[in-house]
Amino acid sequence: MDAAELSRIQFGLTIAFHYIFPPMSIGLSVILVIMEGMYLKTKKVIYHQMTRFWVKIFGLIFALGVASGIVMEFQFGTNWATYSRFVGDVFGSALAAEGIFAFFLESGFLAILLFGWNKVKPRTHFISTILVSFGAHFSAVWIVVANSWQQTPAGHHIVGTGVAARAEIVDFWAMLFNPSSMDRLSHVLCGAWQAGAFLVLSVSAFYILKKKHTEFAQKSMKIGLIVAAIASVLQLGTGHYSAIVVEKHQPAKLAAFEAHYPESEAAPYHLFGWVDEEEEDVKYGIKIPGLLSFLLHFDPEAEVTGLRAFPPDERPPVNLVFQTYHGMVIIGTGLILLSWLGLFLLWRKKLFSIRWIHWIFALSVLGPQLANQLGWFSAEIGRQPYIVYGLLKTKDAVSKSITAADVTTSLIIFGIIYLMLLVLFIFLLNEKIQHGPDLKDLGKEGQRA
Amino acid sequence: MNIAFDLNTIWFVLVGALFTGYAILDGFDLGVGALHLFTKTDEHRRLMLNAIGPVWDGNEVWLVTGGGALFAAFPMAYATVFSGFYMAFMLFLFGLIFRAVAIEFRSKRPSVRWRRTWDISFSVSSILSSLIVGIALGNIILGIPLNAEHEFVGTFWGLLNPYALLTGITTVALFMMHGSIYTVLKTEGELHDRVRGWVNNTIIFFILCYVTTTMATLMYLPHMLEYFKQFPALFAIPFLNMLAIANIPREVLKGSDFRAFLSSCAAMLALMAIFGIGIFPNLVYSNPIAENSLNIYNAASSAKTLKIMLTIAIMGIPIVIAYTVSIYWIFRGKVTLDEHSY
Repeated sequence: MDAAELSRIQFGLTIAFHYIFPPMSIGLSVILVIMEGMYLKTKKVIYHQMTRFWVKIFGLIFALGVASGIVMEFQFGTNWATYSRFVGDVFGSALAAEGIFAFFLESGFLAILLFGWNKVKPRTHFISTILVSFGAHFSAVWIVVANSWQQTPAGHHIVGTGVAARAEIVDFWAMLFNPSSMDRLSHVLCGAWQAGAFLVLSVSAFYILKKKHTEFAQKSMKIGLIVAAIASVLQLGTGHYSAIVVEKHQPAKLAAFEAHYPESEAAPYHLFGWVDEEEEDVKYGIKIPGLLSFLLHFDPEAEVTGLRAFPPDERPPVNLVFQTYHGMVIIGTGLILLSWLGLFLLWRKKLFSIRWIHWIFALSVLGPQLANQLGWFSAEIGRQPYIVYGLLKTKDAVSKSITAADVTTSLIIFGIIYLMLLVLFIFLLNEKIQHGPDLKDLGKEGQRA
Repeated sequence: MNIAFDLNTIWFVLVGALFTGYAILDGFDLGVGALHLFTKTDEHRRLMLNAIGPVWDGNEVWLVTGGGALFAAFPMAYATVFSGFYMAFMLFLFGLIFRAVAIEFRSKRPSVRWRRTWDISFSVSSILSSLIVGIALGNIILGIPLNAEHEFVGTFWGLLNPYALLTGITTVALFMMHGSIYTVLKTEGELHDRVRGWVNNTIIFFILCYVTTTMATLMYLPHMLEYFKQFPALFAIPFLNMLAIANIPREVLKGSDFRAFLSSCAAMLALMAIFGIGIFPNLVYSNPIAENSLNIYNAASSAKTLKIMLTIAIMGIPIVIAYTVSIYWIFRGKVTLDEHSY
């Protein structure tokens, strides 16, 4: 393998690992705001105890996010120097804004969240929680805008030719609100809220199964369930609009989502299947004729551009995109059903007496994690062979001064370090969960201690 | 040569300011890491970790933002430096990750072996990260081989030349000095008294390194002196730098720990200014073929982007400074250990 392929693997590995954490912290930050807000409003110490417990989990997740995130900031330069030169003018301003507006806010006020219980008034602490949540959301804004520009470039022009070609910004607002940025941002944020909400659901369900910390678990579960149900339904809408934008601006990617080969025909929707890329057909699947056309155009007869409209070297790897995309959709559907079933049972006052559903909830934390990862894989692999859609190919974007041996070395070390980080994360998360909420957070002292 | 205060120069100063902020802030927590193993008891090590506990990740955000600003303002330099220093930079990143892990995980188990392992990881990775920062700065001063496309054409081992190693060790010494003063500022009792004793040693270590580096620079790297020769008034900066360093033991002796820390910050600011004036207007000096250098014009983004970012910076930076100062204010005073501590 050459430096470019190894760099892709390294980028994929490091970004996938990093992406375990920010969505959970974004989602959990919303839940922290709700819990601490309830405490200030009702003055019930149980909400104080809940906030204290989940802040600790938040701190752990955030630390892993920082540790794995520093790598991301510099990897564009280390491994993708040609790409960095090409996009620097456009992409840089978004990244710089992320640093100035988001990171400082999040990390600064996190110190108050974690260590400031005795040092500031409850209201100031609550404001800090809100600001941390803002910071977490802002950071998603800028990075998703930058990524969306790679999918649907806008507001730029190309200066220079050949290896010296680069994109320069002409219209900042057109870059910021490029055709896919808002749809993709809302899709990513809903996924993040799901990641946070299902984490809370999982841990609460675990306590309910273990018959421990019952009041804590039931109250946490209610909040988690409501956020999960809302985010999961919204996710359906944002996913729908994202797909429409993909069809309009990245037709090859959309065709790969569904492995739709005919140049221009009404398109079916597959519930699942296996793509034979040689024979250009989907095997062993169940398809609903015309459904994709209907979803995109409200017309089952509408024609959808297929992969044969593109030369083979302009197509992404079809089966991989198909599988990751359908994996995301299947899990997403499951999350909607699960969260609304939970809500229904809560309404019928049966939620806490049915044991089997808590087994499902306890495992449900994996759902959004998998769906988020699969969704990103299909979005990024679907953009291939381009790194910046239509403008720069991935193979041309790699650093020229690095060798395959360099990247192999760093890849191996990253592999070892990240595996260690993951093991430690699970170990510490488990320890915090086993320890459970602090009883003294319920006492008079606990309120300010 | 005239210095026109154009957009490119402003961004040179702003990117420099972000990296200076990083050096001053992460400098003390890297320095605390470098000194970590000199302490004798678990309680002292916990105190040292908790002195930097609430702030270290905020400090590293300065690096992330500095990197972002360099990417945005001077993408050519960002691309050349980070791809050119590939292995060195990867080692730096591994060092930083390990440090973060060590800080977070040390306190989670009471076992002596567990803590010992993370103590060593924390200290070694702090020293390694500081050393690499210094080696990188040394190579930027010395110049690195670039081709006509501004691509790095040297090797990893070429970066480990004597001059760069010297600046690397100087940086470790500087951070140790800075970290020891910070520890004095944030602790009390037995640890406070012990570390007070270290401050003078770290200052002497730093001054020895600094004088050697300066002599080497004056003898072998005359291109660093151009602006100082043209504008002799600039010599005030190295002079103020020496004053600031000399002031540190004086303030420590008087017991004004905070002023000692401010003096140390001022010394670092002056050092970064000297470095900046020395390399200006180059960002990456090409050695041996000087015309392949990347400077603030041929490495920059378009004027439009620089303008947009200046607007963002003018809006954002005052807010950032305001709440950073308030957070440091909230956490002012001496560290004590409680159940939320590391």
